[in-house]
Amino acid sequence: MNRPASNMGLPALEDRAKFIRKETVRLSRIAGAGHYSSTFSCAELLATLYYDQMRIEPGNPDWPARDRFVMSKGHAAIGLYPVMADLGYFDPSELDTYTRLGSKFGDHPDMKKVRGLDFSSGSLGHGLSVGVGMALAGRMQGLDFRTYVMLGDGELSEGQIWEAVNSAGHFGLRNLVAIVDRNGLSIDGHTEEVMSIEPLEERFAAFGWEVQRIDGHDLQAIRDAFDALERADRGKPQVIIADTVKGRGVARMEMSLDWHVGNLVGEDYDDVMAELDAGLKPYEPEAVE
Amino acid sequence: MTTDMQDESEIFRGTTTGKTLLRNSRSVRGTPKAGMPAFVLGEELADIADSDPRIVVGTADLASANRTNDFHDRHPDRFVNFSIAERNMITAAAGMASCGMIPYVATFASFSAILAAEQIRTDCAYPNMKVRVLGSHSGMSMGFYGTSHHALEDLAMLRCMAELTVVCATDANHLRAILRASVEHPKAMYIRLGRGRDPVVYDDVPEIEFGRAIRLREGTDLTIIACGSQVRASLDAAEKLAKEGVSVRVVDMFSIDTIDAAEVKAAAETGAILTVEEHNVTGGLGSAVAEVLLDLPRIAFRKHGVPDRYVEVGPPAALYAHYRLDVAGVAEVAKELMARKG
Repeated sequence: MNRPASNMGLPALEDRAKFIRKETVRLSRIAGAGHYSSTFSCAELLATLYYDQMRIEPGNPDWPARDRFVMSKGHAAIGLYPVMADLGYFDPSELDTYTRLGSKFGDHPDMKKVRGLDFSSGSLGHGLSVGVGMALAGRMQGLDFRTYVMLGDGELSEGQIWEAVNSAGHFGLRNLVAIVDRNGLSIDGHTEEVMSIEPLEERFAAFGWEVQRIDGHDLQAIRDAFDALERADRGKPQVIIADTVKGRGVARMEMSLDWHVGNLVGEDYDDVMAELDAGLKPYEPEAVE
Repeated sequence: MTTDMQDESEIFRGTTTGKTLLRNSRSVRGTPKAGMPAFVLGEELADIADSDPRIVVGTADLASANRTNDFHDRHPDRFVNFSIAERNMITAAAGMASCGMIPYVATFASFSAILAAEQIRTDCAYPNMKVRVLGSHSGMSMGFYGTSHHALEDLAMLRCMAELTVVCATDANHLRAILRASVEHPKAMYIRLGRGRDPVVYDDVPEIEFGRAIRLREGTDLTIIACGSQVRASLDAAEKLAKEGVSVRVVDMFSIDTIDAAEVKAAAETGAILTVEEHNVTGGLGSAVAEVLLDLPRIAFRKHGVPDRYVEVGPPAALYAHYRLDVAGVAEVAKELMARKG
């Protein structure tokens, strides 16, 4: 398989993850609300995929052999649009229309409107099935592109996900890569309280998947995981379970149920921007009483 | 065992050649009963796929029932059996379509149109994916299998979805025409099929255009607008009524969305319109026709279909008679409407 070599320095990727978080905060202010914490949890994963790993040509978005990306957790689109603008899929100034009447950019991504978007999403639980179809098509067409699907951990409760997991294992879709943003929270609380999804590694493995589990904010670990995709058993679909922190990067948002959707205004906005500028601080979970 | 019971038992009996998909399958190909052609779905798609590498066919563990196994036999590399996971099948078809394939995915109508309605809307229709969902064994053609297997709401559910073309296949030749015309159709489609033993209406593959009805019989006193299995019943009812001196026009309104409004308006000139469908009277063909009639002067009009209740179980022929969707029943209802016309 002819794939680009990893060629971006980790500091540059760190900078792009910061850019994703800051743009999320900026665009949320335009909209008056935004999915901060779900986007922050996958910022490093998204940056590594788009700036380092995916075989794409932003100037040729319909290139049949391009890698595909499906943002199954579509509410993190607010972090995806700035990346695509930054890479040249469209003019970054268009982002200023975010969520305004008639904008291309809604809270969930729409492939009919946004150039370079490989599929639409919003209703949770569909994205991996889309990826299964893309991977099947690639195989039938004799193309060696890879399909990446970013899954939220909450959406793993959707039954369709497991239909897709089952079929990908059965079909031996070696060109399909799922990434689980395992941030631990869904809207109503901790996933293990709302609906337990562990043990995730065993669950995927039992369906015939090659599994890796990593720290989803550690850029080196993320890159190593992607590099390992090449070395793994090529007969299986592969999943990277990325343990992340919901709201990572802004202390008040980290593992907080209050920032799934929120709105930062005034001094709070400026404070958060300054906090993000300073870069990631070590995550310090509150002591459990 | 009655003939009708035999038909029921054949729903799951398929044909296989070459690699066997099913154990204990018994070939019935080549020996269709007179006037009851076997399902041509897989065969016709295989013919199309011979010269079109974009065609891919999927099913949900029903390759024998809907004869997509005929496609598998000829194009195994472009056949995907998704097993009993219809939502995954339809969304995956959308994923394939996004990569330039043209997927035809087929299962019972109750498990495509109804079970996976959201996947049809959100993943196929809205993003304009060229997915063709084939819902076979629609209406009450599964007879005694019960409500879970009946699809009497599919037209209503899917007709209100934008960017989705909804059509009903009338018989085998009509299905061939629909499949051929569907290849280059720019929108997602739902194609409603009977159980593959539909009575013949078209002796040859007809010329069709989506959105254009087919006028099958001229008449001046009444127009019957029908679709699917009810086209044959309506034609025969018209013949019966002709002997009683009533001149009945019959229209095959196979295109439910977009409906042929011009043909409905033309039908108004007969002064009475009866719609006949194997579907709940609410929301299907009759409702679509009624919406057009709202713009016209008042005429005698009646929607005829299955009442807004879950239907009894029974052999299909018995059900058609019970719900007055057989020839005699349609003729009776037509006469009731004529009486109202005065």
